[in-house]
Amino acid sequence: MAERTLMKGNEALAEGAIRAGCRFFAGYPITPQNEVPEYMSWRMPQEGGFFIQAESEVAAINMLFGSAATGARVMTSSSSPGISLKQEGISYCAGADLPIFYANVVRGGPGLGNIAPAQGDYFQATRGGGHGDYRVFVMAPNSVTEMANFPKRCYDVAFKYRVPSMILADGILGQMMEPVEFDFDPVDPDTFPEFDWTIGDAAGRERRVVKSYDLRPGRLEEWNFERQKRFDTIEAEESAWDSEGIDDCELLVTSYGSCSRISKSAVKLARDNGLAVGLLRPITLYPFPKRAFKEAAKGVKNILVVEMSLGQYIEDVQLSVEGAAPIHFHGRPAGGIPTAEEIYEIIKKIMGK
Amino acid sequence: MYQGIIVAGFGGQGVVSMGILLAYAGMVDGKHVTFFPAYGAEMRGGTANCSVIVAIDEIASPVVGQPDSVVVMNEPSFAKFEPMIKPNGRLFINTSLVSSRSKRDDIEVIEIPANKIAEEIGTLKIANMVMAGSLVDKTGMMAQKSLIDSVGKVYSRAKPEILKMNEVAIKRGAES
Repeated sequence: MAERTLMKGNEALAEGAIRAGCRFFAGYPITPQNEVPEYMSWRMPQEGGFFIQAESEVAAINMLFGSAATGARVMTSSSSPGISLKQEGISYCAGADLPIFYANVVRGGPGLGNIAPAQGDYFQATRGGGHGDYRVFVMAPNSVTEMANFPKRCYDVAFKYRVPSMILADGILGQMMEPVEFDFDPVDPDTFPEFDWTIGDAAGRERRVVKSYDLRPGRLEEWNFERQKRFDTIEAEESAWDSEGIDDCELLVTSYGSCSRISKSAVKLARDNGLAVGLLRPITLYPFPKRAFKEAAKGVKNILVVEMSLGQYIEDVQLSVEGAAPIHFHGRPAGGIPTAEEIYEIIKKIMGK
Repeated sequence: MYQGIIVAGFGGQGVVSMGILLAYAGMVDGKHVTFFPAYGAEMRGGTANCSVIVAIDEIASPVVGQPDSVVVMNEPSFAKFEPMIKPNGRLFINTSLVSSRSKRDDIEVIEIPANKIAEEIGTLKIANMVMAGSLVDKTGMMAQKSLIDSVGKVYSRAKPEILKMNEVAIKRGAES
C-alpha cells in the first residue's frame, strides 16, 4: 500500500485508530503510553475530531460511555493502574452494549509498580476486568505494524457485536520504533450506517435509552443470556493466531505480544541447531484460539509457556490443550525481559540436549 | 547480516537521536530495523541508551541481549555495556570522554576522539554523528549514503549548515 514509515508503537496505535474512523479520544497521562494522547492532541483536530485530556481516568472512561452512545468510534488508552481505574466504566459500557475501544500499554505492577514493560495484566484483560458477566475482545499485537492495524479490527468486532474491545500491549510495543505498513485505507466516519440503538437527535422516532441496569424481575438474566450468545459467536468466529514450524515439532513454545517476538528468536536459534521446536502465538487473547492450541498440542512431547508475568497466560494454554502434553513455564515479571538466549537454554534443558 | 547495536551515553549526547537515525537509515537502505529506547528513570540526568537492530532478514526479538556492536559515549556506559558484547563483536569508544580501555581480546575496539573531531568541524553536538559514521563504516551494515541521506529526514528542523556538518562528521568518523 503506502510507503513504509518509521513510527513509535504508541504513535502507530493512535494513527491506526484515527484511520479506522476514531473521532473522539479522552485520556489521562501515564507512562509508557503518553505518546498516544500526545499524538491525538494534534492529529485529532486535523480530522475534525475531539481530543480531551480528562481530569482523571474515571472521567475519561465515562466520556467514552457518552460518546459511544452516539454511535461514534471512540478511544481511550492508559497503562496498568489507569486501566484499573477505568474498569468500572468499562463494565458499564459492556452492560450498555457500547462498542468502545481502548488500549492498555502495560507496565510493571501490582500497585503503582514501575514504568517497565510487563504482561501482568493478562487476567484483567481476558477475564472481564470489571464486575459482572461480560468479556472484552482482546488483541495482542507483537509489532508496530500490528499496533497500527489492530485498532480497525477491534472497531469492526466491537461494532459487529456491540462489545468492548481492547489492545493489550506493553512498554516494549509502545516505545519501540519499526517501519509501519497500514493494511487498510482510511475509513471515513461519514460513511458509517445509522444504528438503531444510538442516542442523539430523537426527532421523529421512538425514545431510546442507553443504560446498563434493569430492575424488572428476570429481564437482566435474559439480557445477559442474549449478550452471551454474542460472545459465543465471537468465540466461534473471531479468534486469530500465528504459528511457525508446528507441524513437525517435539516442543511447542508459546507466548503472546512482545514476548512472542523474543520466543520467536529463541525458536529460530533452536531450529538452526537442529532441534524440532515450533511456535504458536495467539493474536486474539479473547477469544482464545483454543482449537489451534488443541490441534498443535497433539503429538508434541512438551509445551513451553514464556510470559512476562508469573503464571497468567499459562492458564489459557492449560485450558486449551487439556493435558495433551506436559507444560513447562518461564515467567519474568515487572520489567524483567527474557532474552532469546535465556529461552534457548530452557528449550535445550527440556529437550535433554 | 544482522547487527544488534546498543548506543549509550549521557542524556543530551544525542544517543537516542542517533539510534533513530540508524533505524531510519537502515530502512532507507532496504533493511529490516527495530529501535527500542531505554525510557526509564535513567534518562533523567543519568545515562541514556537505546537498542537498534539492522538486519537483512525479518527481525524477531527487538531486544538486544548480546550486542554485536556497542557505542559508548561516556564512562558509565563503558562499565555497563563493554562486558555484554558478543565475542568477535565491536566496541566503539568515544575516547574524548572515556578513559577506560577494554581488556577483552575477543572483540575489536575502535577508539575515536569524537568530541575533539566534532569541535574541529564546528559543534560538539555532532559527536554522535562521528560515532555513527564509524559504526556504519566498520560494520558495513548499510551504505554510508543511506545514512547521510537520512540526516535531513530525521532532523527535519535542522538548519542546512548543521546538516552539512553532520555529513562531514559522518565522513570523518568513517575515516578514523
